[in-house]
Amino acid sequence: MAEATHGIGGLTFDASKRNLPPEAGVAIALVLIVVVFEVLGRILMNDSFLFNTRENIDGIFNVARLQIIILQVSIIGIIALGVTQVILTGGIDLSSGSIVAATAMIAMSFAQVGEINGMENTRAVFGSGWVDLPVILPVVVALACGMAAGLINGLLIAYTGIPPFIATLGMMVSARGVAKWWTAGQPVSFPTESYAAIGSGMMPVFVFVVLAILFHLILRYTVYGKHTYAIGSNEAAARMSGIKVARHKVLVYTIAGLLAGVAALVLSSKNLTAQAGMGMMYELDAIAMAVIGGISLQGGRGSIPGTVLGAMIFGVIISGFTFLRLDAYYQEMVKGAIIVGAVVLDQWRQRRAAAKA
Amino acid sequence: MASDMQTDISGANAPHPSGDIGDVVLRTEGLTKHYGGVHALQDASFEIRKGEHVAIMGDNGAGKSTFVRQITAVEQRTGGKVWFDGRYVEFDGPLEAREAGIETVFQNLALADHLDVPDNLFLGREKVLFKLGPFSILDYKGMREATLAGLEKTGVKIPNIRNTIQHMSGGQRQCVAIARTATFHSKLTIMDEPTAALGVQETAQVENIIRTLKEQGEPLILISHNMRQVMDLCDRIVVFRRGRVCANLRKEETDGQDVVSYITGAKTQDQYADAA
Repeated sequence: MAEATHGIGGLTFDASKRNLPPEAGVAIALVLIVVVFEVLGRILMNDSFLFNTRENIDGIFNVARLQIIILQVSIIGIIALGVTQVILTGGIDLSSGSIVAATAMIAMSFAQVGEINGMENTRAVFGSGWVDLPVILPVVVALACGMAAGLINGLLIAYTGIPPFIATLGMMVSARGVAKWWTAGQPVSFPTESYAAIGSGMMPVFVFVVLAILFHLILRYTVYGKHTYAIGSNEAAARMSGIKVARHKVLVYTIAGLLAGVAALVLSSKNLTAQAGMGMMYELDAIAMAVIGGISLQGGRGSIPGTVLGAMIFGVIISGFTFLRLDAYYQEMVKGAIIVGAVVLDQWRQRRAAAKA
Repeated sequence: MASDMQTDISGANAPHPSGDIGDVVLRTEGLTKHYGGVHALQDASFEIRKGEHVAIMGDNGAGKSTFVRQITAVEQRTGGKVWFDGRYVEFDGPLEAREAGIETVFQNLALADHLDVPDNLFLGREKVLFKLGPFSILDYKGMREATLAGLEKTGVKIPNIRNTIQHMSGGQRQCVAIARTATFHSKLTIMDEPTAALGVQETAQVENIIRTLKEQGEPLILISHNMRQVMDLCDRIVVFRRGRVCANLRKEETDGQDVVSYITGAKTQDQYADAA
């Protein structure tokens, strides 16, 4: 056993004695799922899931598939980063999908072009005076909208004492209402070129990865992160220790809203349009990613790398089913089972850890 | 009522003790807390001097924990005055009380299960490498070293401080809670039934820590139902009954039987005699 580096008088700190992080289990699950698809692919499709089997393309891996896997989860993954922080405090956020829709509608209205194929854009939301604006404007609007929605969530939860489930359920319905009311149900389209660049190509993946790293570092190395975990772990203890719990919760929900705003930017830019119905069920997928990634719904446990792995499992399953040419119905059925399975597994792991202590 | 304390507030001046308060660490006068119509604490006057270990005893609901919550500002008092460390104080919240030097080991342990020992010790007042508001960067190394030093001082043995609290026994948790005191060089330690949930061995361990604090001259308020423990560890016993301080007894002038009579109301001391 490695001897302590900081030992004083027989008291030790031994890094090797720390328990295996739950993320390790999620990573193993991810590998196992990939292996299952690989084996099934070889047997059923006579093709490889992971590796490049085409003669005309260089490379060991099937890069196109890997890109699709991560691309299709990256936007919901951005939301999941915020949802993770909310769940870590012991809360829940059901409003993110609707916030994405409302934010996308509003932000896109500031990003429309004035002319389409030489004709005037008659569908511009604010009329011809508010077109071809600099891209910074819709970006700021999107971030502000997301933050405002999150701030309302946070204030409701922290200062009225209503459960997060109810507060964010209300926001989920209301924000969807805002999205529909904004243009009376009409989609907002034709963004400027610079706005369209935000979500083009692999940009969503880039944004997701950068934000994941940023928030991982924040949760791991800052007071904000420590307090987030402390509140989820034992709110009464956090309060008695002098942590300003209400203020901290407002901050966490505001950040979750901000991330939903970022997701709205990327999604509307990638789709080149914003619709009132977009982002439907995203909140549940984001929660599922966090839960699969080992974030405990009781709060206090889990990490951003866990959520990223959870998102990857999500992506692998969707792509794997497509690869095996199974219907989308099966995807949904299995997705549901995996979410429930992940929570059951987590509870079981907790009980076992408690029994060992 | 203690007579050497000026109780009127004149002008803009905060109340200040007249005469010599010398080595008094904490003094309360007329401390009162009402929860709606419930008078949980009524006119409680109390003091503790440097190096002194004072026990607070009383039946359930006598106001012991309420008294502690007012001192530590977990709740805001309805009335009364508190002096701590030579000055009149009105703490805004528990953090302010802790920063002033009052360290409390609460009945329901104020520990976060999923955090390790240094994280718990420094909860709410983390050491930071540089300040960035809520996003200040944590000084893990500094906190770890201070934790080990604090544990060393109290003689607490924890196999590995990087383990999360959830994997620890009740005794170890209690030790962690107590180790906070040593880590932050508190001026007054308050323990609210620190051994109520512990086994024989763990109780002995905690009692040893309390003895260590005594040797180091650290004042302590110990709330306990355990008569043997109180007689063993404390210099003075203050008895609460129905929200009031009903007796203030020096250990050498009393015995278990006597204290129980006060707790149950069979005997009464007319006023809070200045026994200290």
